[in-house]
Amino acid sequence: MSSSSNPLLEAKGITKYFGTITALENVNLKVHAGECLGVVGDNGAGKSTLMKVLSGLYKPSAGSLFFQGKEKILESPRDSQNLGLEMVYQDLALAGNLPIGENIFLGREPTKNLGFLKLLDFNKIKELTNAHLDKLKINVKSADQKVEELSGGQRQAVAIARSTAFNAKVVIMDEPTAALAIKEVGKVLDLINSLKKTGVGVIVISHRMDDIFTVCDRVMALFQGTNFAEASLSSTSRDEVIGWIMGKK
Amino acid sequence: MEDKDKKIESLHLKLIPYFEKYGILLLLVLMILVMHILQPDVFLSWRNVTNVFKQISWQSMLALGVFMVIVTAGIDLSVGSIMMLSLMILAVVAKAGAPWFVVALTPLIAGFLCGLINGMGITFLRMPHPFIMTLGTLYIFRGTGNLISGGTPISGFTDEVRYLGHGRIDLQWLGLEKSQYLPVSLVLIAIVYIIFWVFLNKSKTGKWIYAIGGNPNAARASGINVNKILIIVYSLCGFLSGIGALILAGRTDSGYPNAGLQSELDAIAACIIGGASFFGGRGTVLGVFAGVMIMGILRNGLNLMDVSSFWQQVLIGSIIVLAVYIDVLRRDIGTRK
Repeated sequence: MSSSSNPLLEAKGITKYFGTITALENVNLKVHAGECLGVVGDNGAGKSTLMKVLSGLYKPSAGSLFFQGKEKILESPRDSQNLGLEMVYQDLALAGNLPIGENIFLGREPTKNLGFLKLLDFNKIKELTNAHLDKLKINVKSADQKVEELSGGQRQAVAIARSTAFNAKVVIMDEPTAALAIKEVGKVLDLINSLKKTGVGVIVISHRMDDIFTVCDRVMALFQGTNFAEASLSSTSRDEVIGWIMGKK
Repeated sequence: MEDKDKKIESLHLKLIPYFEKYGILLLLVLMILVMHILQPDVFLSWRNVTNVFKQISWQSMLALGVFMVIVTAGIDLSVGSIMMLSLMILAVVAKAGAPWFVVALTPLIAGFLCGLINGMGITFLRMPHPFIMTLGTLYIFRGTGNLISGGTPISGFTDEVRYLGHGRIDLQWLGLEKSQYLPVSLVLIAIVYIIFWVFLNKSKTGKWIYAIGGNPNAARASGINVNKILIIVYSLCGFLSGIGALILAGRTDSGYPNAGLQSELDAIAACIIGGASFFGGRGTVLGVFAGVMIMGILRNGLNLMDVSSFWQQVLIGSIIVLAVYIDVLRRDIGTRK
């Protein structure tokens, strides 16, 4: 995988207003293939808003998005999914009443034709789910298990599996380790590392310096809705990044 | 000894999913057995069994509609009024001398449109809860029904219009007696329930209806157009109420102002007894059918035994509470806490 000078995803001059509140102002961001970008910032710095703009959930008030060098306008999450831009939400966005497989394929279920009827292909869902979980080395009892029966870490793993089931090129993760037990954090971080190896660009929003310094290659800080600082991991330190979060350089 | 306990325990755990799926049927079978023992000559007679199905025919349509709405974590209080309005429109159109197929189509279209109004109100007007929108339309639709009919009953429909509610399928070719016919409404229940079972369990839209009930944010994040699906669900619920109106027109041969009064509560009760969760995302079509049957058999059995209808109210209420309590207990064992 070439992480050449051409970024996979680039946001230029993103501005977002909510009424009179300026959530983001002229924010730039880019991520390359096989790279992990960490986005840090205090509560209300605009991290989540930026991610929602990238996933098509919010339309930016100004600014533009470029995907593989071409400008794209995202009207809905479906548009970003079609490009290969996937989001793992902080609240995980899984339907607990549905099995793992049906969650992974929710909204994009494989179907088979029975005469003029288009019916869900449950065998295929199961087959694809098992293959995909194997690929990511995620262990669950069965793809038929309901998500509400899983632990927090398993749910996070399912959410990540879901985001990568359709040839994702960029995966955006909002606080992927926030709700996890300590021993589950490691597994999720391993999962992120193996995603990077497959050439996926990963954006991780996190409060936890441990996460950032374990998986990221580059880190950028938002402060009060603007770009505050950015550096490659090798040329910065924990203390410096923590300072950025608090608005000190 | 310990090993044996473990085996029994794991057997219990294996049985739980089946109990979850078919437990309500067990209750139904139990009720049928009890009634049969209490009324051995009458209860399982051809005449009485077909009677039960005829009695639950239109309620089963309302319950199925309300069930779909409940799966999305919504509620539809207006189904009784939708049925009454559709019935009144049918009656007025029939009195105006329209051909039978027009008369038979009108309640279906009217019901569908009423449901569409509910769905659009909930989504476009951003009502804080479907309870409010459908509480409003509960009054609006019944009022409208009385306005167009003048608040008086309108009677007398043709046999074609009455076919679904009143029609009989002769079984003499099977060597049965003339009195042993199959009510058309029973066949209709079976067809409609099978269609909706396939729709909810095997189609994408059906899966999305369950997903919305499980977590609307997950559905939205998956690119599912939640508002569109909700509008479809409420419209179908209205459509089923329209079918209910057509059946009722056949059964009673009359459009009357009190048609379907409080039947929305019966419909909700049937769903709850059948295992649907008010929080959405849970419940089966088979369960709803069992819920409708349980209420129908209870009423029928108590009538056969000449028990006062006041007792019927007390018993049905108790069964609702009991059914949900059993569900609470089951969930305690079944899921991780």
